[in-house]
Amino acid sequence: MGKTLSDKVWDEHVVRTADGEPDLLYIDLHLVHEVTSPQAFDGLRLAGRTVRRTDLTMATEDHNTPTLNITAPIADPVSKLQVDTLRANAAEFGVRIHSLGDLDQGVVHIIGPQLGLTQPGLTVVCGDSHTATHGAFGALAFGIGTSEVEHVMATQTLPQARPKTMAVNITGELPAGVTAKDVVLALIAKVGTGGGQGYIVEYRGDTIEKMSMEGRMTICNMSIEWGAKAGMVAPDETTFAYLKGRPHAPEGADWDAAVAHWKTLFTDADAVFDAEVDIDATQLSPFVTWGTNPGQGVPLSAAVPGPDDFADPVAKAAAERALEYMDLTAGTPMHDIKVDTVFLGSCTNGRIEDLRAAAEVVKGASIADGVRMLVVPGSARVKAQAEDEGLDAIFTEFGAEWRAAGCSMCLGMNPDQLAPGERSASTSNRNFEGRQGKGGRTHLVSPLVAAATAIRGTLSSPADL
Amino acid sequence: MDKFSSHTGIAVPLRRSNVDTDQIIPAVYLKRVTRTGFEDGLFSAWRNDPAFVLNQPAYTAGSILVAGPDFGTGSSREHAVWALQNYGFRVIIGSRFGDIFRGNSGKAGLVIATVDQSVVEQLWAIAEATPGVEFSVDLVTKTITAGDQVFDFGIDDYTRHRLLEGLDDIAITLTHEDDIAAFESTRPGWLPKTLPAKIAG
Ligand code: SF4
Repeated sequence: MGKTLSDKVWDEHVVRTADGEPDLLYIDLHLVHEVTSPQAFDGLRLAGRTVRRTDLTMATEDHNTPTLNITAPIADPVSKLQVDTLRANAAEFGVRIHSLGDLDQGVVHIIGPQLGLTQPGLTVVCGDSHTATHGAFGALAFGIGTSEVEHVMATQTLPQARPKTMAVNITGELPAGVTAKDVVLALIAKVGTGGGQGYIVEYRGDTIEKMSMEGRMTICNMSIEWGAKAGMVAPDETTFAYLKGRPHAPEGADWDAAVAHWKTLFTDADAVFDAEVDIDATQLSPFVTWGTNPGQGVPLSAAVPGPDDFADPVAKAAAERALEYMDLTAGTPMHDIKVDTVFLGSCTNGRIEDLRAAAEVVKGASIADGVRMLVVPGSARVKAQAEDEGLDAIFTEFGAEWRAAGCSMCLGMNPDQLAPGERSASTSNRNFEGRQGKGGRTHLVSPLVAAATAIRGTLSSPADL
Repeated sequence: MDKFSSHTGIAVPLRRSNVDTDQIIPAVYLKRVTRTGFEDGLFSAWRNDPAFVLNQPAYTAGSILVAGPDFGTGSSREHAVWALQNYGFRVIIGSRFGDIFRGNSGKAGLVIATVDQSVVEQLWAIAEATPGVEFSVDLVTKTITAGDQVFDFGIDDYTRHRLLEGLDDIAITLTHEDDIAAFESTRPGWLPKTLPAKIAG
């Protein structure tokens, strides 16, 4: 019987296998950020260990970093200590770091692909649950905790039990105005936040094949939001074209050898997945969340559901609680929901393609009264590129705030937060209670919906303009 | 890591589903660079609510949490595990857990006991009928004793073995150093390296 893509990549990385033990997997690329690494470096220090492969490790600062006055010292002393700790650890252990002010500083999942370090067939880990983003290249990429970060630093391996495999077959042409973000939000609403638990997922089908790398990254990014261990897309010409010429992409004969290998990374025709889910892309429309987990979503054209729409008692109770937290009444059209803040950014939708798409919508318009919009490029290089293209001017003329790169209001560890009771339309990936600031209320949306919402002040898509 | 064989302590019923790691400890509490002191942030959004279970005196000293489905989903923050441990929890019982959270717990020595949701419902009922009642969790027999009832729980064999023996994962892996070095010698030369650093022209 043939093998799936994920099984091929897995098998190529098994260092050791023994009965009753998880496989020991080799890790090709370890990305590090300031929040989940200090205790890991400390552990190494206490045990007198080193980072085994500094040449397979890279760090950046993203979660705590300010998006205003980035050349000034970080104002919050605790955030400053965490960032300073990363800098000191990187220096002590010899780890490459992209710090604030550097063109390759930015959200860790944006800079790996941008530098060409994220490549097909690699194992990629990071102390961050959205590591699955890198799976868009056909890498096996997953988030790990701090103890595992220390384990990878010390050994360049991780013991891992092999998950089951799942195919998500997405077929048909996406209607105009429907993006990768809408696809993944609709998928999560369909399967639930636990639907992927225990699986490595492969997104496939002609919709995915026609999608840009940015779109594939958006979909893989949110794999964790439905519980999947990792999300992958088989590499193809789109992948190779994206990588070619990037700083760390192979060159010359190495490029040819790499591409020859990458072309073997697909699911064999006779391979069998443990589970399959089908999505008909032609039936999709802009999709938004109404609740406090990413599975609580509906088409933008629908109304807020009520607890009675859910048969399962757990889902019913969750809906009741979510409606209360979100201060929403069942039956309210989603279109009528007013927002205070629009956040365009994050590792889900902070790439150049996302900024271009949103800029196209807001160009020449002006922002709705009383709405603030933060545009936070995913990396300093995305910011520079957007400025070269004049996107910053489009956003600022519109009335949005043009900020420096980082995680920003995706999780509100820096000063960019919602105030209690404030409501946002956000292109990020989590609408959890308090995620964007204590008491803040989040609706997850695509960049196009974010832009149209900023114009109208209520949840909207470009078709509503 | 300390060895774990059994634990007896007050059971805390947490009747909520989808308690993600942002709820267990919000991002603003993640700025510490140590593994301790995270108890302040545990369930911080709910700690001012007098009705919240940990604010009820009978449960405040709890050490066994009986959680709803999909506990510990979301962010990979191991701080969620540390916050639970720093507060005093030794065992979390539930029907479904976030994968990364479960993995982190195993590494940090917090026992994750998986049971059917119907068992969770029974445990909730017992813990609520007699607030402050103690449960016993035995990792050797993989059982939970609550009052005069005994329930089996699931945990993967390898994690159980490591917890029972108090084994440190890194030390185990380093005994396979030869295998790692042998694997490294077979890696193709075109695989990417972060050093020396290259950046766009
Ligand atoms: S942008 Fe948001 S989801 Fe992505 S790494 Fe940063 S905090 Fe995590």
